[in-house]
Amino acid sequence: MTARDLIPIAVLAILAALLPLVVTASPVLNFLVFMLIVALGAQGWNILGGFGGQFSFGHAAFFGTGAYVTAILQLRWGINAWAGLVLATAAGAAVGWAIGFLSFRSGLRGSYFALVTLAFAEVFRILANAAPITGGAAGLLIKLDVRPANLQFDDRAVFYWLVLAFVAAVLLLTRWIQRSRFGAQLVAVRENEDAAKALGVDSLKLKLRAIALSGAVTALSGCLYAQYFLYIDANIAYGSWISVELLLAPIIGGVGTVFGPVVGALTLHGLGELAKQFAGRIPGIDLIVFGGVLVLAVAFARGGILGLLERLLGRGRGMVARGGKEVSHAGR
Amino acid sequence: MYSPQIILEAALNGLMTGAVYALIALGLTLIYGVLHIINFAHGALLTCAMFAVWIAWAWLGMDPYLAILPLVPLMFALGYGLQRFVVGPASHGDDGNILLVTLGLSIVLENVLLALFQSDTRTLDTDYSFQVVALGPLLLSYPRLIGLGGAVVVTGLLWLVLNRTDTGKAIRAVAKEKLGANLVGIDVPHIYAVTFGLGCACLAVAAGLLMPTFYVNPRIGGAFVLVAFTVVVLGGMGSIPGALLGGLFIGVVESLCGLFLGDSLGQIGIFLIFIAVLLVRPTGLFGAKA
Repeated sequence: MTARDLIPIAVLAILAALLPLVVTASPVLNFLVFMLIVALGAQGWNILGGFGGQFSFGHAAFFGTGAYVTAILQLRWGINAWAGLVLATAAGAAVGWAIGFLSFRSGLRGSYFALVTLAFAEVFRILANAAPITGGAAGLLIKLDVRPANLQFDDRAVFYWLVLAFVAAVLLLTRWIQRSRFGAQLVAVRENEDAAKALGVDSLKLKLRAIALSGAVTALSGCLYAQYFLYIDANIAYGSWISVELLLAPIIGGVGTVFGPVVGALTLHGLGELAKQFAGRIPGIDLIVFGGVLVLAVAFARGGILGLLERLLGRGRGMVARGGKEVSHAGR
Repeated sequence: MYSPQIILEAALNGLMTGAVYALIALGLTLIYGVLHIINFAHGALLTCAMFAVWIAWAWLGMDPYLAILPLVPLMFALGYGLQRFVVGPASHGDDGNILLVTLGLSIVLENVLLALFQSDTRTLDTDYSFQVVALGPLLLSYPRLIGLGGAVVVTGLLWLVLNRTDTGKAIRAVAKEKLGANLVGIDVPHIYAVTFGLGCACLAVAAGLLMPTFYVNPRIGGAFVLVAFTVVVLGGMGSIPGALLGGLFIGVVESLCGLFLGDSLGQIGIFLIFIAVLLVRPTGLFGAKA
């Protein structure tokens, strides 16, 4: 990594960090924190889906694991929330590795991988909805005890900075992946797995590392969600809404790019808020916009917003990698 | 312990629920078999059809079974149009794209319904909603028995269309060899759209058969679509008899799991089967090729 890699990330992070000094209204800060949490989770999706080309439709499995591990550790065993954050991230990696081990070893790709991840997330949701340790359908309420040591802050801006720091760290991580041998091999697997294998890439090991990393980052976002909103239940933590959000953001922003997930999350939620402002109290209006934008993006802008910008700026050297191009049938 | 009679009754009930699952899966598997795409919007389209049945009953006073008749051509047209003008052009023939486009469609459809009808759950009641038929010591729900019959009839009809008509022949040709079909003068985009339309028409029947005993809200399709995926994967992607048998089997599994594990865990059996089949034998029990 060079200064050229670091500077744009640093500049953006500093600019974003100044935002709470200008805007202090709590609904706006709430919106920003939520958006950053989604962006963070989406960055996790992007490592596996964007670089590795393995489209997961069930990243809720990791988000929910992060959220539940943090909450359960605090409530049942009184373990500190910061330690919970580390353990939740590790749990996300472990769940990612386990799901990956089962599905990649069976050779599931493309649509089949999407379906199996979706099913795993549903299994987790049903279990969390029924098991006593997760509080069943009533969910879990994390005790309000506003102390920095508990990962609870009485100023929303502090939480915003915390999430922003994680987002920036993952931006750096993603940039590193992009520049590393690991990233190059992942892209090779995405573009043509058989060819990559023929060149000596151990695709199973590679995909396992990608899904574990992806699961860890997304679990971290789930943990932060739980700590910010202090309440989770099975339909929030393991619900399909979050799987969809985490996949929409990178695809809209620019799949397989460093900034794509953040740009996508910002755009989607910005548009969603605008739609809500204009349309008033129509339920689901923001989601109608999300779905419409997704169809339009796939139809007209496969590289997402960043891809469009690049084309407009005339730097069409294919720097924005195109993801998901894979003729995929499982069971070979 | 449960008495054999309760278990038998649960199994039969499951069989009847499974028939409707089979109908939903039939459309999905047909679309997969020919277009080789996974239609994520299938659940949302089912919700549309269920709302249409409810509207026909609530606003026009139409019997839900009777509503199937006008709804079948309507849903066919909707499916035809969606594939021809949205899914086909937007996805540029790429597998991952189709998944995303249909996902986008399902989000839009679901939330348009939410905007129109709010999230309230709606039911309709008919004279026969709670009628039962006695079969020896067993009591079977009359509308669900009709559902079972309907599913078998529709499967038969679909099989006839595919095997005894020119359009059916063209559909099978496109499914086997797209390029070759194109070379002998088959309009492939048209056949794709017809297939998508047929898949949606199956949903119209399923909706009509479901509504007398079930309810509808904008999110209901999601509950069915995963089950339908399971059925399709279990029966073998693209296999019509597979969809029927898979649907019946899954219905029984769900019903028995519900009996032994309680309602909240009842569906877990379905997903575990789904995962197991995907991991062990992704071609399904009846699928010939990967």
